[in-house]
Amino acid sequence: MTEPSQGGFGLYLHWPFCQAKCPYCDFNSHVVARIDQEQWETAYLAELDRAAAETPDRILDTVFFGGGTPSLMSASLVQAIMDRIRRNWRLSNSLEVTLEANPTSVEAGRFQGYRQAGVNRVSMGIQALNNDDLRRLGRLHSVEEARRAFDFARETFPQVSFDLIYARQDQSLAAWEEELSSALNMAADHLSLYQLTIEEGTAFGERMARGGLKGLPDEDTAAAMFEMTQAMTADAGLPAYEISNHARPGAESRHNMIYWKGGEYVGVGPGAHGRIVSDGQRYATETHLAPGAWLQAVERQGHGESLRTALTKADQGEELLLMGLRISDGVSVSQVQDLLGRPLPYSAIKQLSDDGYLVHDGDRLRVTGAGRLVLNGVLRELLAG
Amino acid sequence: MTDLSHIRNFSIVAHIDHGKSTLADRLIQSTGTVQDRDMKEQLLDAMDIERERGITIKANTVRIDYVADDGRKYVLNLIDTPGHVDFAYEVSRSMRAVEGSLLVVDSTQGVEAQTLANVYQAIDADHEIVPVLNKIDLPAADCERVAEQIEDVIGIDASGAIQVSAKTGIGIHETLEAIVKLLPPPQGERDAPLKAMLVDSWYDAYLGVIVLVRIIDGVLKKGDRIRMMHNDSIHHVDRIGVFRPPMQTVDELGPGEIGFLTASIKQVRDTRVGDTITHEKKGADKALPGFKPSQPVVFCGLFPVDNAEFEDLRDAIEKLALNDASFSFEMETSAALGFGFRCGFLGLLHLEVIRDRIEREYDIDLITTAPSVIYNVHMRDGEMIELHNPADMPDLTHVDHIEEPRIKATILVPDEFLGDVLKLCQDRRGIQMDLTYAGSRAMVVYDLPLNEVVFDFYDRLKSVTKGYASFDYQMIGYRQDHLVKMQILVNDEPVDALSTMVHRDRAETRGRAMVEKLKDLIPRHMFKIPIQAAIGGRIIARETLAALRKDVTAKCYGGDATRKKKLLEKQKAGKKKMRQFGKVDIPQEAFINALKMDG
Ligand SMILES: Nc1nc2c(ncn2[C@@H]2O[C@H](COP(=O)(O)OP(=O)(O)OP(=O)(O)O)[C@@H](O)[C@H]2O)c(=O)[nH]1
Ligand SMILES: C[S@@+](CC[C@H](N)C(=O)[O-])C[C@H]1O[C@@H](n2cnc3c(N)ncnc32)[C@H](O)[C@@H]1O
Ligand code: SF4
Ligand SMILES: [Mg+2]
Repeated sequence: MTEPSQGGFGLYLHWPFCQAKCPYCDFNSHVVARIDQEQWETAYLAELDRAAAETPDRILDTVFFGGGTPSLMSASLVQAIMDRIRRNWRLSNSLEVTLEANPTSVEAGRFQGYRQAGVNRVSMGIQALNNDDLRRLGRLHSVEEARRAFDFARETFPQVSFDLIYARQDQSLAAWEEELSSALNMAADHLSLYQLTIEEGTAFGERMARGGLKGLPDEDTAAAMFEMTQAMTADAGLPAYEISNHARPGAESRHNMIYWKGGEYVGVGPGAHGRIVSDGQRYATETHLAPGAWLQAVERQGHGESLRTALTKADQGEELLLMGLRISDGVSVSQVQDLLGRPLPYSAIKQLSDDGYLVHDGDRLRVTGAGRLVLNGVLRELLAG
Repeated sequence: MTDLSHIRNFSIVAHIDHGKSTLADRLIQSTGTVQDRDMKEQLLDAMDIERERGITIKANTVRIDYVADDGRKYVLNLIDTPGHVDFAYEVSRSMRAVEGSLLVVDSTQGVEAQTLANVYQAIDADHEIVPVLNKIDLPAADCERVAEQIEDVIGIDASGAIQVSAKTGIGIHETLEAIVKLLPPPQGERDAPLKAMLVDSWYDAYLGVIVLVRIIDGVLKKGDRIRMMHNDSIHHVDRIGVFRPPMQTVDELGPGEIGFLTASIKQVRDTRVGDTITHEKKGADKALPGFKPSQPVVFCGLFPVDNAEFEDLRDAIEKLALNDASFSFEMETSAALGFGFRCGFLGLLHLEVIRDRIEREYDIDLITTAPSVIYNVHMRDGEMIELHNPADMPDLTHVDHIEEPRIKATILVPDEFLGDVLKLCQDRRGIQMDLTYAGSRAMVVYDLPLNEVVFDFYDRLKSVTKGYASFDYQMIGYRQDHLVKMQILVNDEPVDALSTMVHRDRAETRGRAMVEKLKDLIPRHMFKIPIQAAIGGRIIARETLAALRKDVTAKCYGGDATRKKKLLEKQKAGKKKMRQFGKVDIPQEAFINALKMDG
């Protein structure tokens, strides 16, 4: 059996509301006229109690307020949640508490309160350093506003990170180079850099289906942008420790590492996923996706869970491989194989290594820079059959 | 049993979509054969695939009772026929069972290629022909022009053409009257020995084989012992009847009548279309002249994507063949594709229909290999081999020469597209035989190699003429030409399922087109893949499919693990729809699509 605590233990809390829906976003985020924060508080606290009852002896390493836009939560709500967490679990001495924030002045006004509640890391969705593109991405802030909010966050929180989306419409390699340098100048010690993904069911997805979304970089340009991103961030001392995440060594997001290393996490809030071990069996849990449905389920049925699947060892092995190869650390071959119950195809490993996509070093298997770019292809080869 | 003078037998013929089946609907409905509440559009197109594609594939017979203006009660037997050229055989044998034809012409379109083909068949069969101008409810209808066209192009009198809207019912009464007044009654002797023409037969899960017959002489009764004259097999008739359109049993069928019999016959193959049926005792001594059998002209391999489904495929093919004598099959093995079947079809639509039915009704994913025609390969030693599959091409050193089948193609096209059509025919190695004008349209006749037509000629024709051209063809025989086998190599390995026979002069063009197509059809892999076309070891075209450049998911956090796993599952399922050749996965549809040419 895998040691449950091996990859760490974290708590993800989902806040499903935003001020406006961004056209590219397929997260569980909704725009509503009025939010009854007290009603939500009651529901969250109930779910925190339920989660704690299921994971009694764990030491909590991380908490992550994700969204949606968690910076729309009132400081007192965050405070109440943190209080309950502290009451329910034993905490690691170096508890990491991250909150995703949108960079507007309104939200910056709540930073102080979040800090007091115990938030010690903020991840800001800046997305672009160019006002035209911010508008095209449907964002409500300007570059100026974002910079101010970010500066304020740096003063307030010990750790800050921000997100950018690149490979946008009409973005050239040179334009991204310039934008990324200014980002690196601003950056503290962590950056998330995502290539724009056109997701089904989003406004961009629909425009694309109708043939409308013009000017997206082709495969070669997108690949070149990715490679340049890897090189520039490494030069600046923030190398990629995951496909889209860059940090100074030691400043990695510990919460996200739990996902990639196959650790344990509870999911609280609408649409939150969890992976928890109970009586030696690892489960995947899901909660009701729609905010209203989740609230109702918590209030009327006493819990928001909608699905609990016992993961077979083979499922766990696949998950470990496809999450683990994302990080620069890679995976332990023996651990993956033990879970899969079969060896990874040797010929594929050999071929992929010869072609420069993989490094097989002792028990570790990692992808190279070239392999990162085609990770899905690598995974297809490794999991074929 | 009806007096001969009160019977009228006719087929409804037309170019595809000119409204035959809809006209049949109105004739059936207005005579009260089917109650209004049981009516639906194109009632006779009962097969799923017919309803889905909105076309007739199988000819259908219906018996209608009609009290005419003269006060007498008539029995009308109508046969609705398919319009598509692949099923021309259905039309020709239907015509042998009747004395007249309603020639339906869409009054918004005019005479088209199958109008001509069908009318010539009707003239050959000595039919009285009644022209019907259909769709007059549409604003674009131009009866005067179309009538003129019928006279000019076909050379039959169209002054009495009936103006009809099969959709709204205008002119239906006039049509019924014309059938009674203008078409001749059948002839035949009630007291003569039984002579029944076997017009068609098909398999029914409950009744066994159902045989459609036209009685020429004599009387057929339930309980009779009959003899099939082509092989002297004896059967006991257990049921006779007519179609209204549901089956209705009757006591007897007399001269001039059309109906069905069942006689515990197990397989369609035990009956021969065009055969003469007589009584076991006191039978006729001379059979009627038979029909030319229908011949498959297009061949391709059908292989299950999943090898394990071979037996299921065998089962499906055998079941379909039970009911379709013009579909042939034999087992085939391919180095790369494993076990499958080499199948023969009447044309590409026929191929598509059968393939669709296997995939849908039997839930088997198929790989269809490059369609081919039959080549006559003459060997040095004087032997002649019929080559159905390019993969079987014998060693060239033993081959003296190769002949290929040719067709006579008739194309009707508005003037403004004439140049495009001529270019297309020339590109396909055609030899012009005739070019005449009928009003503002040209009628082009070409001698073309069948292998240039079989595949995508019709699609190309439709696209270069914006759908305004119509096309019909007949086989005219074999001719020698400089043909070679072209192989395709993917990642340096020959893929026999992609081998084709091509003309030497066109090999480079074809080879280049195919490798370019394949480059788009095969997904990128982790390594680069050379794709080549070769003739006897010499590479004539080459493309390289670059290795995968970027395929990575940008965001993958807690909730995404499940999603990501599903995506991988989906990709694995997608991979099942591909076949592996060496290290390369080729998608199922690539085999056919690689052949589609843009020019
Ligand atoms: N407006 C109008 N449409 C008609 C008329 N007759 C037929 N149609 C339409 O024309 C199309 C083709 O009609 P069908 O009766 O299926 O033609 P068909 O000749 O039997 O076609 P095939 O059997 O495939 O050769 C259908 O969409 C009919 O609804 C008519 O008199 N007026
Ligand atoms: C769930 S969002 C939450 C953060 C916050 N609501 C915001 O938008 O700033 C997390 C990050 O995912 C990234 N993201 C969301 N949709 C994306 C897409 N379609 N393509 C690329 N990145 C995307 C954005 O950078 C975003 O900041
Ligand atoms: S990107 Fe962030 S702000 Fe925009 S809709 Fe998605 S969750 Fe909300
Ligand atoms: Mg029809």
